[in-house]
Amino acid sequence: MYDEDDLLPLSALQHLAFCERQCALIHLEGQWQENRLTAQGRQFHRKADETGTESRGDLRISRGLPLRSLRLGLVGKADVVEFHRVRKETSDPSAPAAKLPGVQGLWRPLPVEYKRGRPKPGSEDEVQLCAQALCLEEMFGADVPEGALFYGQPWKRFPVPLGPNLRDETEKLAERLHELMESKVTPPAVKMPRCRNCSLSEICLPRSTGLNSSASGYLEKLIDEALGQGGTDK
Amino acid sequence: MKHLLNTLFVTTQGAYLARDRETLLVRVDGATKLQLPIHTLGGIVCFGRVGFSPQLLGLCGERNVLVSFLSERGRFLARLHGPVTGNVLLRREQYRVADDSDKGAEVARAFVAAKIANCRVVLQRAVRDRPLDSNSPDLAAASSDLAALLRELKHPLDRDRIRGNEGRAANIYFAVFDHLIVADKQSFNFGARNRRPPLDRVNAMLSFVYTLLAHDVTSALEGVGLDPAVGFLHTDRPGRMSLALDLMEEFRPVLADRTVLSLINLRQVSADGFRVLENGAVLMDDNTRRQLLVSWQKKKQEEVLHPFLGEKIPVGLLPHVQAMLLARFLRGDTDAYPPFFWK
Repeated sequence: MYDEDDLLPLSALQHLAFCERQCALIHLEGQWQENRLTAQGRQFHRKADETGTESRGDLRISRGLPLRSLRLGLVGKADVVEFHRVRKETSDPSAPAAKLPGVQGLWRPLPVEYKRGRPKPGSEDEVQLCAQALCLEEMFGADVPEGALFYGQPWKRFPVPLGPNLRDETEKLAERLHELMESKVTPPAVKMPRCRNCSLSEICLPRSTGLNSSASGYLEKLIDEALGQGGTDK
Repeated sequence: MKHLLNTLFVTTQGAYLARDRETLLVRVDGATKLQLPIHTLGGIVCFGRVGFSPQLLGLCGERNVLVSFLSERGRFLARLHGPVTGNVLLRREQYRVADDSDKGAEVARAFVAAKIANCRVVLQRAVRDRPLDSNSPDLAAASSDLAALLRELKHPLDRDRIRGNEGRAANIYFAVFDHLIVADKQSFNFGARNRRPPLDRVNAMLSFVYTLLAHDVTSALEGVGLDPAVGFLHTDRPGRMSLALDLMEEFRPVLADRTVLSLINLRQVSADGFRVLENGAVLMDDNTRRQLLVSWQKKKQEEVLHPFLGEKIPVGLLPHVQAMLLARFLRGDTDAYPPFFWK
């Protein structure tokens, strides 16, 4: 169990799944570089950032719901959590549903995360969604068997089953995140194809600060060059 | 590479800067003269009587736009920046390296080596451009004296020796600086560097451009989370931006001095654009100052190949790039600080 003071942002899990160095640059060093993609993402999230609940019969839609898990040490906000009414007769006693304060009946939470772009090849979006689900389960004492990811390109919603493998991956990442933040050390740069899409690549400098670059030789070499070949003055 | 953002210079006396949503408004006598989106700005420099709304100050703080206030004559008064960015761990490392005589000296050596090499670039360029000039032998001699000092910096030295070399290099360089001026030698002569107050037109221009450079370098250091007041070459002194002064060294000759020299040599400033006070202090008039600001902004648009990054970047980004490389070294990403050499 983590202390409230030690909670880390849910969004950091996604950064960690993408690249440990990116995660450390943002969450350890407090660096952030806005680029076209991040600006569009911010714009895209604006509506979801408004807090509030809509009720449509058997469906309640809550926006900007604060989430946390003391077990995983995470804190954040869900874009959207849908609460679906669970009928008494269909409710499975081994899979508890949520009671909502001031609202009658039992409800099944379903987190929906909005992403402006396309579905990604990696599992970072699923992990972030799953972490939200784990927070919901802890806060409501309910089962969250499924979530959904909404992508702007295509304008489409994809259901995501939250199975044991994804849960396991999410918990391991949360643990690794705490280790990384505890160590206070930014891992060295490693140049990868995905650096191209990273808004922090100009801060990270993967090409010139990577493991194979040497700056100490650079100074001597440049002094030699400035002095002309063999150290004689031109 | 990070986008080169503009610096807004406000020289109109009585101008008032205000916020309208995500934009900045410049009002003069109640009329809006200019409206700019805040995200295009990296800094705002206000000269003299310029008002600023609290809402706009807040927006600038939030968006990392450094605001500097200078007197009408360009003397630094105050600056405002938003919440301290970056990481307390980085600043602690900066203080540790500044206190560590060996590691700190290595950074100081890099600053001074690049400064001397870049001073030689300025001198050699003049020799190349005017080989028949009667002063060319003096310039060539100064350049090889600088080469000797540079050669000593090839290997680690203690900080006092490095400071000694820096001081001697500055003397050699400024002793021939007057030779670099070829137009209107009557009015634009340079005896020695003086600044409080500047006693000739050249010094007045140099001081002003150094103030602009200091604004950019300070903003770059703060932008990457370093403390501009704790240096490696310049010792700590309350109120002194020692690290900004350190980092300026490698840029002074090629960015600032060259801007001043070309303005004079291309006759873009004239002798009557200055006022000489009773005590000998020399001040620029509005037009001359504007001319300097325009040249400075133009200089920043030029592109150079950065020898360490191997990338072409605008001159205006050099302070940011070097601040970032310094931060990367302090964090242990590189094994030395790679200064900027003008090739």
